[in-house]
Amino acid sequence: MNSFRQIWTVAAKDLAIEVRTKESINAAGAFSIAILLIFSFAFDPFSDSMHEFAGGLLWIAFAFAGALIFNRGFARELPNECLDALLSSPLSASSLVLGKALANFVMLIAVELISLFVFGIFYNINWVKHPWALAGTLALATWGIAVLGSVFGAMTVNLRLRELMLPVIIYPLLIPLLIGAIEFTTILLGVEPIASSDWLWPKLLLLYDVVFTAVSILLSDTILVN
Amino acid sequence: MREKLTYGLALGAAAMFTYTLYRILLMLPDELMQGAIYRIMFFHIPAGIIGMIGFFVSMTMSVWYLSSKDLKFDSMAASVVEVAVLFACINIVTGSIWARIIWGVWWTWDYRLTSQLVCVLIFFGYLALRRAIDEPTQRARLSAALNIFGCVDVVIVWKSIEWFRNNHPGPVLSIRTGGGQMDPRMDHTVYLNLIPLLLTGIALVLVRTRQEATAREIDSLRRLAHAAA
Repeated sequence: MNSFRQIWTVAAKDLAIEVRTKESINAAGAFSIAILLIFSFAFDPFSDSMHEFAGGLLWIAFAFAGALIFNRGFARELPNECLDALLSSPLSASSLVLGKALANFVMLIAVELISLFVFGIFYNINWVKHPWALAGTLALATWGIAVLGSVFGAMTVNLRLRELMLPVIIYPLLIPLLIGAIEFTTILLGVEPIASSDWLWPKLLLLYDVVFTAVSILLSDTILVN
Repeated sequence: MREKLTYGLALGAAAMFTYTLYRILLMLPDELMQGAIYRIMFFHIPAGIIGMIGFFVSMTMSVWYLSSKDLKFDSMAASVVEVAVLFACINIVTGSIWARIIWGVWWTWDYRLTSQLVCVLIFFGYLALRRAIDEPTQRARLSAALNIFGCVDVVIVWKSIEWFRNNHPGPVLSIRTGGGQMDPRMDHTVYLNLIPLLLTGIALVLVRTRQEATAREIDSLRRLAHAAA
């Protein structure tokens, strides 16, 4: 079985479980909407300056909601020694991590789309002005979050303090990605036209994705296999 | 031998400090624009340099551990991270004191300040992960992987925040500018003070490595006692 097929098999398995149980999406979606609601008390939702906060607000909600999804990613394999079974199967460790990352990516994108829809209503912001650029930003930034979340989900899966350790480790590492995503999303949701220098941010997201996907593939065996 | 080296380094650092403190406090005049507070830079800049070097040295030790599986390198990586975090904190605190007097604020979200804070948070996560794992080889393996992720991220953090915002003073040391930005006596004193700080850092790493080795021995004896019981 080649690597792409292995990745797809793992992702399809996780997505099938999620479609049946809806445990991660329900929790992450509700959490993300709750954050957007709480922010409406911190800022005036209908002020003109809301455009300046929009990107930051959305990505804080997405990143926090992501942690709920990533905590479940590998933890759902713990009962009945499923993780050991997966590791002793012909599946490579990197395929397992990338498969989990792909499933987490799809789940987080679903949460983001729900949150964007709610955000547009709550804050009266038109988020479909640059649909393709916004879709690209969501895809690039979400892949970076998903890949790092999956790797560190694997790293912390057997720890006593799993739920505490994952956010402590991943949020500082996600800062460059979140800077790029927040800056470009704010530009896309703002009233000013996109300047040529603004395209620096998607390039940063792409660089981050390439570097951390490569490092994750290289270190998957070290993290998962004793 | 190791103890003699540690004491030797500590004594060397103390002797050098005596000279550099004499130079900083008594020989050099106040800076024209900043007054006496500029002297904090003789600690701020070397501490930042040592902290940053330490993070990359620890990554090298982690890579070495992964290739050799020798726990000695894991102990060295952890010890170096602890000392590098200490120096990075000294860099942040001294910078903050300087900023309060010169800029009127304790903190600005400048790229160097923010990057250094992010580095400290990343490696704080490394130290927290180590404390959360009891089994030595699992701790060494996972923390080595996190160390590599952390060091790769430090480079991207540095560049991304530089693009994001920048109001920190530009490079002043002759090694970056070729000279002319700073009085040569002050410039040389920064380099001179780097030596005792570096010697102190190495001595602290040696002490921590020794403690880690002792902790490993105690842990293996405890496991042996458990197996025998």
